[in-house]
Amino acid sequence: MRNKVLSAPYLFWMVLFTVVPLILVAYYALTGADGGFTLKNVSDVRQFSGVIFRSVWLAVIATLICLVMAYPLAYSMSRLRPQMQRVALLMVMLPMWINFLLRTYAWMTLLENTGLINQLLGLLGIGPLQLINTQGAVVLGMVYNYVPFMILPLYSVMTKIDQGLIHAAQDLGSNTLGVFVNVVLPLSMPGITTGITMVFVPAVSTFAISRMLGGGQNLMIGDLIELQFLGTSYNPNLGSAISMVLMVLVLLLMSAMNQYADEEKEGMII
Amino acid sequence: MKHLSRIYTGFCMFFLYLPIFVLIVFSFNESKSRAVFTGFSFKWYQALFQNDVILTALGNTLLIALISTLISTLIGVAAAIGINAMNRWLRGVVLNTTYMPIVNPEIVTGVSLSLLFVFMRQVLGLPIELGFMSLILAHVTFSTPYVILNVLPKLRQMDKNLYHAAMDLGCSPMQAVLRVVLPEIMPGIITGAFMAFTYSIDDFIISYFVSGPAVQTLPIVIYSMTRKKVSPEINALSTIIFLVVVGVLFISNIAQDRWAIETRKRLN
Amino acid sequence: MENYIISLRGIKVQFDDLPVLKGLDLDIRDEEFITLLGPSGCGKTTTLRIMAGFAEASEGDVFFEGVRINDLPPHKRNVNTIFQKYALFPHLNVYQNVEFGLKIKKIPAAERKVKVKEMLELVGLGGFEARDVNLLSGGQQQRVAIARALVNQPRVLLLDEPLGALDLKLRKEMQTELKRIQQSTGITFIYVTHDQEEALTMSDRVVVMKDGEILQIGTPQDIYNEPVNAFVADFIGESNIVPGVMRRDFLVEFANNAFRCVDKGFEPDQLVDVVIRPEDLRIVAADEAPLTGVVSSVTFKGVHYEMMVESAGHDWMVHSTQASEVGEFIGLTMSPYDIHIMERMEDDSLDWIEGESSASMEGGHAE
Repeated sequence: MRNKVLSAPYLFWMVLFTVVPLILVAYYALTGADGGFTLKNVSDVRQFSGVIFRSVWLAVIATLICLVMAYPLAYSMSRLRPQMQRVALLMVMLPMWINFLLRTYAWMTLLENTGLINQLLGLLGIGPLQLINTQGAVVLGMVYNYVPFMILPLYSVMTKIDQGLIHAAQDLGSNTLGVFVNVVLPLSMPGITTGITMVFVPAVSTFAISRMLGGGQNLMIGDLIELQFLGTSYNPNLGSAISMVLMVLVLLLMSAMNQYADEEKEGMII
Repeated sequence: MKHLSRIYTGFCMFFLYLPIFVLIVFSFNESKSRAVFTGFSFKWYQALFQNDVILTALGNTLLIALISTLISTLIGVAAAIGINAMNRWLRGVVLNTTYMPIVNPEIVTGVSLSLLFVFMRQVLGLPIELGFMSLILAHVTFSTPYVILNVLPKLRQMDKNLYHAAMDLGCSPMQAVLRVVLPEIMPGIITGAFMAFTYSIDDFIISYFVSGPAVQTLPIVIYSMTRKKVSPEINALSTIIFLVVVGVLFISNIAQDRWAIETRKRLN
Repeated sequence: MENYIISLRGIKVQFDDLPVLKGLDLDIRDEEFITLLGPSGCGKTTTLRIMAGFAEASEGDVFFEGVRINDLPPHKRNVNTIFQKYALFPHLNVYQNVEFGLKIKKIPAAERKVKVKEMLELVGLGGFEARDVNLLSGGQQQRVAIARALVNQPRVLLLDEPLGALDLKLRKEMQTELKRIQQSTGITFIYVTHDQEEALTMSDRVVVMKDGEILQIGTPQDIYNEPVNAFVADFIGESNIVPGVMRRDFLVEFANNAFRCVDKGFEPDQLVDVVIRPEDLRIVAADEAPLTGVVSSVTFKGVHYEMMVESAGHDWMVHSTQASEVGEFIGLTMSPYDIHIMERMEDDSLDWIEGESSASMEGGHAE
């Protein structure tokens, strides 16, 4: 099979533009401005533990809201007639085709102090409320941008749940709750773990959403990294160290999800 | 139960489309206000088409998307054929590395590439400026995996004997790939190239880190416009993009339907 | 090497340290229809791929008309292949599929047209030129595959279980068809199958393979009537195989009885396998037979009844046009010519027979 040779250009590209850059991140994280080895950057990350904690916290909340919101929607979608399913699916995917900056900008206009929402509230005699530049706005932006990433994997596992299984469970005496707990929930587990990963990773690492809706007071890990590379406090060594922390966070989450998915599989065999 | 789920679905769609709807409505607003509709006007569309920064950025975006799609499709298709011929172990290693730009947070990919370009220029003295060159290199890097992951399943599904049959009938290995394998995996190539193109157009985070001050793509311009508080041209731009997307999806769906009907007819 | 078109010498193939072919020697005559027959995993397909050039031997040589072609790539060999499931090019229509090889060889369009038309007529697909190959029936696809290979006028046609995907009726038709095409074109056919009936019907010679080795080469009659060991006997048709002891020349003891036979040349008291075909056992009255037993089942098979008789600790399969009753006490007898004596095989091969013979019987039912 001489065909293997065909992958040579890509392998070269992959090593040069995927592997080497990641090695560089590690290299910069472990060296100082003078180029000598140091652990200073890594230990300096600790002083940002508040920001890191906030990022994880906001991302966790956004992920949970996405899950709670997407789950019933995905289930309802999967029970529609095929024709309607396609329409619903298209409607969920359509906003994803519009750049997330524009979608976030739309929320800026809605949430600002003189924005549409506060205008309406004003008619009711409430407010104006401080909606934009809050943590709540950041979470809302994340949920709005990333909820399709939760809906789609959930929907795709749920369409594979055989209606016959549900009837069988009802036939065997399960009530609605029982059907959900014993049939639908376990079978949709792979969709849940995929959805969690797909929402949490971009949420925890975002910088644009927090900047646009958080107003610069609610810094996240992404903002920190951006500041070290493009901002006023240029320090690629520290930025690399924070990037490493971010990668570790993501890896931890993904291995936890994999672990969970594996256990589920074993459980299903029994 | 049925009503409840209808109402809930409706509520979710309302949530998804409300901001977009508001953007569209206010793109026709006469005043700069984003909350009070003072009158119908196309003035922001006119402003948009006279805005050189946006038009240049649009040109850059399309050019970069075209070039990077072309390169990543070429590299990616060849790579997929090669990967398909690898043994299980090697294939595992290569595929796991291929997934990296997809699963890694985009900001990490952006940062790591920007470090690479700085390193290449400052330490190795290579003439890589931050601009077109770095943007294209970065876009090829994150879109090639999508090409590979779309083509590889097509190769797996393909009857391996088709390749052998071509050689059996006198094709050299290269001829066999061009005349038989490529036509067979064409649907995967097209999907992969389409994804590469859309990801390239849509990318903000990675481009943000590897673009210099000289060359800006549309998402980067949009970001800097949102930093200024009021810029109603964005509404106009969003509306146009939304209509284009709806149009493309509509046409591709109709095309799919037609194709499905045609196939059914031919089968019967 | 006169008249041998392909010769294999000491071919060894290994996949991941697992031997697939263990030093194969085979000579194939020009213009013959030869079948490689064996259970799956016996190395028959690998042998074919070695000849086509899709697989490489770790040791040994391949000769084409006396010239060593080990390093000749597939597209330069004067052989063509009919693949399992045909491997027709889905993006080309019938005409384009058949034309493919000629186009690669840069034959002028006008000549191509004549040849393709001629070949489609030969396989009975005249008028199908513009059809989409994906919408053809299995039998039609099969014919396109044959036309696509034969239009290149190869010296040798390799066929890898070509009829496996067809139903029984179509398979019978295609067997006759293939034989007719082979005889009218004079092309050497090398045919791979696990179906013994197919092998016996079509072949000039049959090569029985097992575990990467050739067990027997011969005409269908040779293979059926004089199997070299119990494995071949069992694989070709159905057999009763019981252990026995060769007391002396022309006398064998099995099932607690001594029988006259026509074999000689074994050591005195050598352990042997005794093979008796079901159709060679005759049912007689119990008091005049050396073997007696109770009929445990009777199955109607169309032409004959298949009965299982328990006797002397064995289940004997008997084919007869006359049915006995289940539970009836009967006698079994056979002529000395129908007792085949074979050297005892190692235990594991016998195990294999146990496992596989029932499977092949099921296969027989399905057909």
